[in-house]
Amino acid sequence: MSFKSLKAIEQACGNQQKAFWEVVLEEDCMERMVTKQEGFEQMRSMFQSMKKADAGYDKNLCSASGLVGKDGEKISQARIEDKLISGNFISMVMEKAVKMGESNACMKRIVAAPTAGACGVIPSVLLTYEEQYGCTEELLVEALFVAAGIGEVLASRAYISGAAGGCQAEIGSASAMAAGAIVHLRGGSASLITHAAAMALKNLLGLVCDPVAGLVEVPCVKRNVVGAVNAVTCADMAIAGITSQIPPDEVIDAMREVGDVMVSKLRETGEGGLGGTPTGQGILKKLRATIEE
Amino acid sequence: MNAFEIIGPVMIGPSSSHTAGAVKIGFIARQLIRDEIRSADIYLHGSFLATGKGHGTDRALIAGLLGMKADDERIPDSLKLAKDAGMEYHFHGIELRDVHPNSVMLRLVGVHGMELEVVASSLGGGAIKICSIDGLEANICAMYPTIIVHNVDQPGHVSKVTSMLGQKSVNIAEMQLFRDRRGGNAVMVIECDQEVPMEILDWLKEMKGIVKVTYLSMEEKNEF
Repeated sequence: MSFKSLKAIEQACGNQQKAFWEVVLEEDCMERMVTKQEGFEQMRSMFQSMKKADAGYDKNLCSASGLVGKDGEKISQARIEDKLISGNFISMVMEKAVKMGESNACMKRIVAAPTAGACGVIPSVLLTYEEQYGCTEELLVEALFVAAGIGEVLASRAYISGAAGGCQAEIGSASAMAAGAIVHLRGGSASLITHAAAMALKNLLGLVCDPVAGLVEVPCVKRNVVGAVNAVTCADMAIAGITSQIPPDEVIDAMREVGDVMVSKLRETGEGGLGGTPTGQGILKKLRATIEE
Repeated sequence: MNAFEIIGPVMIGPSSSHTAGAVKIGFIARQLIRDEIRSADIYLHGSFLATGKGHGTDRALIAGLLGMKADDERIPDSLKLAKDAGMEYHFHGIELRDVHPNSVMLRLVGVHGMELEVVASSLGGGAIKICSIDGLEANICAMYPTIIVHNVDQPGHVSKVTSMLGQKSVNIAEMQLFRDRRGGNAVMVIECDQEVPMEILDWLKEMKGIVKVTYLSMEEKNEF
């Protein structure tokens, strides 16, 4: 993508009198030499794959390590029994985020968005919105283009993988993308989209990637919930008229600066943070022993 | 990066580097040997060895060797499917020198007796690199039709190969040359914009001083 900043996308929206999603779509079609309709349909198939992955959750599965699985069903039960205080929208977002994260850990088919580790954030928010607000599929596909545009700027100015920039780059990026997507669903402007994304990223700045035994399981599945819920609240703040005091592109640059000084034991190696705890190291040892068997 | 490198790919979890990339390595190795695999010795290195089992790297590699892609829902069951298909496989640990942490060496034998040794790395996001073929350096991203020519290091081979490609209207996207020593074993890696006609490959194989010709086609075959 030729856009190197969120500001540049926002300006293109103003100059061309087009919505954020349309500017991203047209730019992408030009780069990949496909028609607008082809590009749109490709994204529709991504949306449908997310929906299928959500519906295909298997409540009886556990990951190979045994560390994750079956928790999505617990939230589902508690939500249906009206035990949760988060309210129906947030509860369903939590449920879908955990389910997708667990499906990923259990080798089910998912859509990396932007990565496999963060695959629950964007679909949990979009699918809950569809179920509870009943919008058209086209609007949700547009929202995915908004998310993609934000993600492309994040990838070019900073990074989107935990190994490169810590969890802030992975769950943080997914959360920023989802926040922008929700603002589009609510009819917000390009400027509001970028501010929602900035606030979501700011809230997760500095988050390290510290998976137990190096697996995309603990704490990754639950961090999908944090990323998704954070996206909803930041979108709401933007819709209420709150802006980020630090301009969105500068927030992305800050994420990169923080990631650059993050030591390698906090970037997906499983050596530091939660992975480095006595319990984390104990799990690693146990898993190693089963591999050698 | 385009929009579908951000939203996508559709893949079997849990990891784009340890699972999706591993499937692609197996798949590309199968494309390179151009044969069904009879036996595979799989040497896991670094992070592939340390966390591969939990990420399903073993099942992903076997799935790729069976011809599956990264979104194939049969990946979790690939070990059983390999047994059903009569493919033998053995996993080993290895310490390879100067490679990415997510790397693997594959020693493959095809049902028609073809043999191939490949070292490959998974670079993240599902992207891979073939680092060496049959012990000689290569540097292949596996995104273009690629000819790998092993020849004796002597004058004239490169010009013959490239002029033949030009005659058949095959455009060269990128070309690399490696050798182990002057006058020793040399490798040409030629990444092309178009598929290379079989007749060129057959002609090449017959040429004096050519030891082996390997071709990576982007046309995917379900069976060989």
